[in-house]
Amino acid sequence: MSEQMDGASRASTNGNEPLLVVKNLKKYFPIKGGAILDRTVDYVKAVDDVSFTVRAGETLGLVGESGSGKTTTGYCVLQLLKPTEGSVRFAGKELTTMSRGDMRAVRRDMQIVFQDPYASLNPRMTVGDIVSEPLLVHKIGNRKSRRSSAERLLEVVGFNPDFINRYPHEFSGGQRQRIGIARALALNPSLIVCDEPVSALDISIQAQILNLLKDLQNEFGLAYLFVAHDLAVVRTMSDRIAVMNSGKIVEEGPAERVYTNPTDPYTQALLAAVPIPNPRRMQERRAERRKHKDVLAEPV
Amino acid sequence: MALLEVEDLRTYFKTREGEVRAVDGVSFSLEHSKMLGIVGESGCGKSVTVLSIMGLVQTPGRVVGGSAVFQGRDLVKLKGRELEDVRGHDIGMIFQDPMTSLNPTLTIGTQLTETLRRHLGMNKDQARKRAIELLEEVHIPNAARRLDDYPHRYSGGMRQRVMIAIAISCNPKLLIADEPTTALDVTVQAGVLDLLHELRSIHEMGVIIITHDMGVVAETADDIIVMYAGQIVEQATALDLFDRPEHPYTEALLEALPQVEGEGIREGRLRSISGRPPDLLDPPPACRFAPRCAYAGQDDCATVPPDLREIRPGHWVRSSHPTSERAAAPVGAR
Repeated sequence: MSEQMDGASRASTNGNEPLLVVKNLKKYFPIKGGAILDRTVDYVKAVDDVSFTVRAGETLGLVGESGSGKTTTGYCVLQLLKPTEGSVRFAGKELTTMSRGDMRAVRRDMQIVFQDPYASLNPRMTVGDIVSEPLLVHKIGNRKSRRSSAERLLEVVGFNPDFINRYPHEFSGGQRQRIGIARALALNPSLIVCDEPVSALDISIQAQILNLLKDLQNEFGLAYLFVAHDLAVVRTMSDRIAVMNSGKIVEEGPAERVYTNPTDPYTQALLAAVPIPNPRRMQERRAERRKHKDVLAEPV
Repeated sequence: MALLEVEDLRTYFKTREGEVRAVDGVSFSLEHSKMLGIVGESGCGKSVTVLSIMGLVQTPGRVVGGSAVFQGRDLVKLKGRELEDVRGHDIGMIFQDPMTSLNPTLTIGTQLTETLRRHLGMNKDQARKRAIELLEEVHIPNAARRLDDYPHRYSGGMRQRVMIAIAISCNPKLLIADEPTTALDVTVQAGVLDLLHELRSIHEMGVIIITHDMGVVAETADDIIVMYAGQIVEQATALDLFDRPEHPYTEALLEALPQVEGEGIREGRLRSISGRPPDLLDPPPACRFAPRCAYAGQDDCATVPPDLREIRPGHWVRSSHPTSERAAAPVGAR
């Protein structure tokens, strides 16, 4: 679509190393305590020894319940949070030890789409400015070329390019998420971390956004780290799945295999708990859930 | 006689821009011990419908017409104290967010016994004993000990269980659950839904469950109402609705759902519904789904409002193009 988007400028890996290789990643948040609240008494092990890879053009679905560490993992991959330990290699480069300047260059190639389309767009900026801001930050092109890039980006996500002078409040949740996606595409990244991109949207709008993400992936060869709690949404998007629970990946594999033949007891219980839109299977599903009673026991 | 008979309920919100018809002529009835699911997307009027029944609509909203007859009394006409006696006593209610529904400064025990003393006139000891039984009934472990804990000591799922205990404490004949599991994790949701199912049988309560989740209604409800833009667009038994959806909206909604089971899911695309729900300040003049409908063609869809009609026994639909009367493919099939 644009000069920056033909793939030539993208970082590529040498040989067979996957685009993203995460090894033994840990993120511990200290719990302060004691008389003057300055001593670390313990740690919350939000991410506890997690390893996975994402190849160019593929989607890894990272699925788990609240507090499982899936979002923290995504943030650590992008170095938005500094990992406590472990390695994040992206396009053949180690990110955890990288200097700020070098990291800045790498960021062009890895972007994020956030959950909340209301909080993630600056209400005082026009849609055109929001979408082309990454180009400005990275000093790409001039005012005129950025404007035409913004128009093209809006077209790519299914908007009228004339919308560039409008403001976010003029758009609905689903439309705002399209704007967020256009912004993520601006620098022609090879990896996008999608952090619960449709969980704030209604079903009919959700389908539009998921289809758009699939189309963009096919068109631009994007890799997604798709973080979500909804097992059905993750399945429709992912080539491979990693299931997280309490900071650890409990099961990982091709989507088809994990969903049809899960081996980990937590994955099995999680799948049994999903309500299926088929009332004819109500009894069977309830019986299935009873089998996993121990794993499904609620926190008290 | 039905437990609850809602007739032509209308709730409008007066705003600066004009009148928002949030609920626009909703009628349904609920039989004793039945579970009715009301499903729809945000802003379709599903929550305002039950808030209207309960007399909980806040200004600028107002029930401008219709009736909701419960055990022979029209709830819409009841005032103040009379309504309070019905609410909590004969009708229990639980909401989406169990954290904001409980008072964080009072123990669970205080909040449970409050209802028992207010509505059933129990003394302190009686109320406490009954409160422990109620917590046991909703399967809270170590009920007697947990009674003196504050809400923050309970997990989200356990708080929702407490809300359910409060709601059923006076043996209501009707329980209204507004998105009861939306804030909960899927594993916790399963437990809460199973609990509702169990209590419904034990207490012979009618239950109205409101949700945006087609899976949740499929696994709980006997009958289902689908709402769109302030109106009921389809109503049927759960089995018939999922087996043979009639309204183009219901049909599209079911096809738009991502699935956890099946083949070729990753390669496929979801059915998407173009556009978005109408602005209820200025809804489409006739069929409210017409602008997004794949079947609305060169006919009266834009001029004659379709009635909610019984297309086969027990199955109601508000559309000129229900599935079973449709032969050809959709206009401009996607």
